[in-house]
Amino acid sequence: MSGLLLEAHDIGKRFGGVRALHQVSLTIAEGEIYGLIGPNGAGKTTLFNVLTGLYGADGGNFTFCGTVLDNSAPHLVARAGIARTFQNIRLFANMTALENVMVGRHLRTHAGVIGAVLRGAGTRAEEVAIERRAVELLHYVGIADRANDLARQLPYGDQRRLEIARALATDPKLLALDEPAAGMNATETTELRTLIEGLRADGLTVLLIEHDVKLVMGLCDRVAVLDYGEKIAEDVPEKVQRDPKVIEAYLGA
Amino acid sequence: MDTFLQQVVNGLTLGSLYAVVALGYTMVYGIIQLINFAHGEVVMFGAMISLSVISAAAGSNLPPLAIVLAGILVAIPACMGLGYFLERIAYRPLRRAPRLAPLITAIGMSIVLQQLAMMIWSRNILAFPQILPMVVYEVAGASISALQIAIIGVCLAMMGGLAVLIYRTRLGSAMRATAENPEIARLMGVDVDRVIAATFIIGAGLAAVAGLMVGIYYGLAHYTMGATLGMKAFSAAVLGGIGNIPGAMVGGLLLGLVEALGAGYIGDLTDLCHYKIFASALEERCSGGGYFVLFGSNYQDVFAFVVLILVLVFRPSGLLGERVADRA
Amino acid sequence: MIRRRTRLVIGVTLVALALLALPFALSAAGTAWVRITNLAILFVFLSLGLNIVVGFAGLLDLGYVAFYGVGAYVYALLASPHFGLHLPFWVILPIGASVAAIFGVLLGAPTLKLRGDYLAIVTLGFGEIVRIFLNNLSRPINITNGPQGIAQIDPVSIGGVSFGDTDVLLGLTVSGPMKHYYLLLLLLLLVIVVNLRLQNSRIGRAWEAIREDEIAARAIGIDTTRVKLLAFAMGATFGGIAGGMFSSIQGFISPESFVLTESVMILAMVVLGGMGNIWGVVVGALLLSFVPEMLRYTVVPVQLALFGKLLVEPEVIRMLLFGMALVLMMRFRPAGLWPSSARQREFSIEKMKS
Repeated sequence: MSGLLLEAHDIGKRFGGVRALHQVSLTIAEGEIYGLIGPNGAGKTTLFNVLTGLYGADGGNFTFCGTVLDNSAPHLVARAGIARTFQNIRLFANMTALENVMVGRHLRTHAGVIGAVLRGAGTRAEEVAIERRAVELLHYVGIADRANDLARQLPYGDQRRLEIARALATDPKLLALDEPAAGMNATETTELRTLIEGLRADGLTVLLIEHDVKLVMGLCDRVAVLDYGEKIAEDVPEKVQRDPKVIEAYLGA
Repeated sequence: MDTFLQQVVNGLTLGSLYAVVALGYTMVYGIIQLINFAHGEVVMFGAMISLSVISAAAGSNLPPLAIVLAGILVAIPACMGLGYFLERIAYRPLRRAPRLAPLITAIGMSIVLQQLAMMIWSRNILAFPQILPMVVYEVAGASISALQIAIIGVCLAMMGGLAVLIYRTRLGSAMRATAENPEIARLMGVDVDRVIAATFIIGAGLAAVAGLMVGIYYGLAHYTMGATLGMKAFSAAVLGGIGNIPGAMVGGLLLGLVEALGAGYIGDLTDLCHYKIFASALEERCSGGGYFVLFGSNYQDVFAFVVLILVLVFRPSGLLGERVADRA
Repeated sequence: MIRRRTRLVIGVTLVALALLALPFALSAAGTAWVRITNLAILFVFLSLGLNIVVGFAGLLDLGYVAFYGVGAYVYALLASPHFGLHLPFWVILPIGASVAAIFGVLLGAPTLKLRGDYLAIVTLGFGEIVRIFLNNLSRPINITNGPQGIAQIDPVSIGGVSFGDTDVLLGLTVSGPMKHYYLLLLLLLLVIVVNLRLQNSRIGRAWEAIREDEIAARAIGIDTTRVKLLAFAMGATFGGIAGGMFSSIQGFISPESFVLTESVMILAMVVLGGMGNIWGVVVGALLLSFVPEMLRYTVVPVQLALFGKLLVEPEVIRMLLFGMALVLMMRFRPAGLWPSSARQREFSIEKMKS
């Protein structure tokens, strides 16, 4: 059995008087596709933001690959190996697709100002490697023909893929996708599913928030369900689907 | 103790002037999130125009107050026109531009206005004719002049008038609504363009009177006087909470006090001869009534900037403002 | 028929020859024009430096002149009778640049969490504070000599050749300003190359990413604090170098040269040329340096001829040009005359939205 990549213990988060998360614990095993679902306002994105360093937790903590990571800044979380995409797609709109992915390599490369100015052999080699890897990733997600188009000129589906490519450029161990299928039609969703399954096959662990129940149930190895900031179920999809608490949460009061 | 009270008096006078100018900045920022860099120049024009009028009428036999009134009556509409012009020509076309564009435009207009003033009134420092009688009262060891009382009074009256306008008239509620949420205000039937124009015009009117008072108080006017004064008033607005009208008033008075008291005491506070640790090392300088002042009253202007930076870095919403949401 | 590469080489050679011969041509019109050219090159330095902060990283710095002042004063203090120090040029310039870089980090650090207009105001405040200190650090210990400034600054001296005097080389008369010109030209080439390399590098991409979307930049692992401070430091370094050169060329500096108006003028040059576009900024700086001077030589006689007196002084025209440049650019071509393609797209999206 593969090891546990991420362990969250009793994560809590308040916004003023509102309790967004309450004692949420979960574990994500290496190599699995883990889904996070729940009705609107359940706290999925909040939990997501805590796990990716955008918010600090008010209570509890989580460890990733054995290191405690709560209340770390986003760039440190990325360095530890968690890369994320955004629900509203945050690409660098006026940079080309290729440049977007190349920037993703920033974290794992290190040429500084001196390197930039002197352009020694080491820096030049690094730049070549950055571009090559970026092209590779564009191929991997299937938008290589758009490499020199501006990010904001890409069609919606391609923009989502580009965001994934950029996240992959940081060499993550865990890829966190925030509603990757939002706004996609059936064909695009199937392509996305193939892509994510391919990622798992290549050894990546994936955490995703999704509303598309069919996608989640078909794709995920395990699923956690949040409702009103609490975890009400965590299991394989078939069992979660039949869990009475989950059904009640979705059908409402 | 005398110094203290004196500085308080000076500070309140200065502060009420800052407050009135700060209102112009804060109203405009509250409604369109623009730092109207050129506002200081509007104050300057108020001073210069009224100076011209007063100088022209000074020789006549009219009572001094009438002459001052004449100055105000010409300066106010002129500045209002200037304020409207700024809004209409420079800022309105950029309403949807990225936020830096109107800011840069405002800086540009501030320069243009300074140059226009220099062309009209020359680059010399101009003197206000001393037509008002110099009446000074002694209160508890401090002197307060009738002019200072008048300035504080007029400023308070203007602030009161503005408060009435904002909180008790239809225009006022339209302005508040637009500041809250322009889209919804528009849906409720508010003519947002007119409200914004009115905001600029009112601020400019206040600026005109403030300019006149600054000119009379210091007895001078110069085409660059708007720049520093403007920055200080803006700092006052930020201190009170940018966009917050009572905040501008509080911020202005507070900044005036800080500046006056600071300038009054900083020399003493930073005189190293007062501190035993240094006294021995600085014996030659300190003996026989000598002093070793690190920061004297010549650093007066720094206070406003320091306040500005501290507020923006540590408490951007200011003293009275709500937490400003990041609209980026 | 001539191959493209050959044409490029010929073109560059011609430009190089023209640049080398320029001071001699200008001297014929008067030494003043050489001095004007030197000042123009200094402004190009400053604009390129500000371009890193404003154009690359998207941080509107209105207090940029502080770094210019720091660099100038460090040079003046280390190479004049004021403290009796006379360190050589090639020692002081790096010191001045480093001190300016430190100031860049110090002044930039508090601004990191601020958004656009607040950042502009805080940097403006810092610029003013630096100026006030320069003006007042004459008591109790005389560091900057206050409003009187520092005079008799050593001219540059390389290999025993003083750049302050006129010499005769190879039969040609080379005046002090002309020597300065060549030195500045050389430095300018270096500065441009450095800028181009910075833009097209890992750091340059990180700056652009931060300008586009800071939250996303952080999410992909960019330490935005460090990268922004780097922008301030790099920009300040160029300002400091320009300041040092200014000191050595002018021989005299005072706080009056480092006022807010200067920051605004440099901003105008960057805005005019095109924020982010290195060549655009160069042209913008040259335009706003030369055009006012050329107008001075045409407008004054015209006014005297037409009106018999000076209605509008050249200084006024100069400042009006700057002010109008800012206003008109923002209104009609906010991305600048030669926008970097990224900036042009940025501004046109906003236009399409409205």
